[in-house]
Amino acid sequence: MAELMYWEAIRRAHDEEMARDPLVICMGEDIGVAGGTYKATKGLFDKYGPERVIDTPISENGFTGLGIGASFLGVRPVIEIMSVNFAWLAMDQIFNTAAKVRYMSGGQLTAPIVVRSPGGTAHQLGAQHSARMEKVFMGIAGLRVVTPSTPKQAYGLLKSAIRCEDPVFINEHELMYNLKGEVPDQEFFHPLEGSEVVREGRDVTLFGYNISVHWALQAAEVLSKQHGIEAEVVDLYTLSPLDRAGIAASVSKTHRAIIVEEAEPAVGVGSEVMAIINEECFFELDAAPLRVSAVNVPIPYNRQLEKAALPAVKDVVDAVLSQVAK
Amino acid sequence: MEVDLLKTMLRDMLLARAFEERAAQEYAQGNIAGFLHLYPGEEAIAVGVLRAAEPADYIVSTYREHVHALVRGIPPGVVMAELFGKKDGCSGGMGGSMHLFDRERRFMGGYAIVGETFPVATGIGYAVAMRRLPEAVICFFGDGAVNQGTFHESLNMAALWKLPVLFVCENNHYQIGTEIHRHSAVAEVWKRACGYRIPAKRIDGMDVLAVHEATVAALEQIRAGNGPQLLECETYRFRGHSMADPGSYRPKVELQAFEDNEDPVKIAIAETVAAYPTGEQIAAAGSGNIERLSGHLQQSELLTAAQLEAMRKEVAEVVEEAVHFAARSPEPAMEDAQAALDCNRHDEVLI
Ligand SMILES: Cc1ncc(C[n+]2csc(CCOP(=O)(O)OP(=O)(O)O)c2C)c(N)n1
Ligand SMILES: [Mg+2]
Repeated sequence: MAELMYWEAIRRAHDEEMARDPLVICMGEDIGVAGGTYKATKGLFDKYGPERVIDTPISENGFTGLGIGASFLGVRPVIEIMSVNFAWLAMDQIFNTAAKVRYMSGGQLTAPIVVRSPGGTAHQLGAQHSARMEKVFMGIAGLRVVTPSTPKQAYGLLKSAIRCEDPVFINEHELMYNLKGEVPDQEFFHPLEGSEVVREGRDVTLFGYNISVHWALQAAEVLSKQHGIEAEVVDLYTLSPLDRAGIAASVSKTHRAIIVEEAEPAVGVGSEVMAIINEECFFELDAAPLRVSAVNVPIPYNRQLEKAALPAVKDVVDAVLSQVAK
Repeated sequence: MEVDLLKTMLRDMLLARAFEERAAQEYAQGNIAGFLHLYPGEEAIAVGVLRAAEPADYIVSTYREHVHALVRGIPPGVVMAELFGKKDGCSGGMGGSMHLFDRERRFMGGYAIVGETFPVATGIGYAVAMRRLPEAVICFFGDGAVNQGTFHESLNMAALWKLPVLFVCENNHYQIGTEIHRHSAVAEVWKRACGYRIPAKRIDGMDVLAVHEATVAALEQIRAGNGPQLLECETYRFRGHSMADPGSYRPKVELQAFEDNEDPVKIAIAETVAAYPTGEQIAAAGSGNIERLSGHLQQSELLTAAQLEAMRKEVAEVVEEAVHFAARSPEPAMEDAQAALDCNRHDEVLI
């Protein structure tokens, strides 16, 4: 098994799929000649040429819509939006066209596109470059949303997304492209639906996704070493549709739930997971579920405030301690 | 042109260059973070345009806006403090390098989403038009931005309703790493304005006098109620797109040629220092700029080499003081962030 960085894993998935199927193309700003802001398409321009590796103008709604149109005829576009903050501009095409065309056409057309984009808060990128938009995408019927927390998932989810007949949004993370991890040498396809228990525990379940899985794992270590509390950590790599059975199974085992999310609390992954817990396994709970979320402000530029606006490992530990005390 | 104005513009450009080079150093030291987009190479545009504007005019800019802010009169220390994320910064430390604001000076902001500014500037123009004031809105943008739909939508509305907006394209030929011929079917930005019957002009954005002159003429038309105008200023950025970008996609010879022969600061010095151009050169050249300059040369001594040196020293001190101010300024607190989010909801007064 090779150790790859997150960006290398994404690159490999692109490369394998493009080598296999001449109708797989990728497009986005600076992805070709420059190899992509996060190198996710490095070298592909030289290998596959400008017709299949397209440097686009700054026209997010335009080129996303173009990808959707091309997908009607069987082309498989993988669209990189340089940062989710710019995906707002392409929402019209993603929501109004890609997510709904199969339905509106009575199943005659499908839009098998993949839109990949890094979200999250990086290092002082300011209010307009720190959006956490997964909550927006996951609320739209007709769109799949996945979010890799490891290089292995980044590889396998992209492979599956390219083969999928539905439009898929892949929520990556600005800070994770250099994250290293094992990726099997053998080609594999990660399921687009589900969740994964990444640490077994009996006392409380910490739900995380993307970068917050790592925060939850760190908190679980502290809880185990310093407080004798064994937390289970569940990686929600699929945000739409959320894994109802997986969520219920873990909560039924630990009887306590905390959701760790990088976004502001309102209308988010946390609130949705809580709703599912209510609906699926309310009577299994020993304490009210909690959310550890960001402060409800646009991310401040100032370094200390940026940090203070985001959940920290200590916040997760404190939340668990307060919940266990009840 | 007034000699004083000429000297002012030269000082603006020297200050701009010194400020930006220092910002790069402070970024390397870790005092500035995030995306830092610098302006060296493009100074003649901000300076030429904004020195032709009135204090009552409104300015809308992008993430590459430090110099627009400086020329508009936001004190260098206050701009630097914002780059440092400090409380005394012009956005209270909430904005950072890409989001400089100063409502009092009608600096309506630096925005980081490409294309976002066109409708906003057009809307400010609408409000100005409603109030029948002889004010204009100046909207700065890059060559890459014109491929957003908002550019076309805004040009159409501005022309349709004769709004007082001056669109100023800072055409540095690159959209990060993508050269203009690879991102635009028509590489002459000014031509796009013709589709909306907006008077447009392409000018040498390395020549501050040319920029100033064109802006004066455009603003005159706008204030006369004749609707929007567009200026395409051809320029080049000497650095990468941002501090995160080494800019290695550009041929070395291209950069070198611009640095050697087209540096707007060098050009402005040449236009201002008395020793240049020579009498023969002036006699030989027939262009408007040179004639004007030669007029000045005959009337006044303009600037000596010693005065130029003094000017450089003075701006270096200003930048040094700006850094001290920024370093000393306190950090904002979370209550300040909350207040920034909640304030300004009441008692809105049109400025
Ligand atoms: C909607 C949107 N898409 C992409 C970006 C990323 N981005 C920032 S600046 C830039 C290039 C802009 O080029 P140009 O308009 O020529 O301005 P310049 O930086 O050259 O001054 C890009 C693609 C963004 N900020 N906003
Ligand atoms: Mg440009």
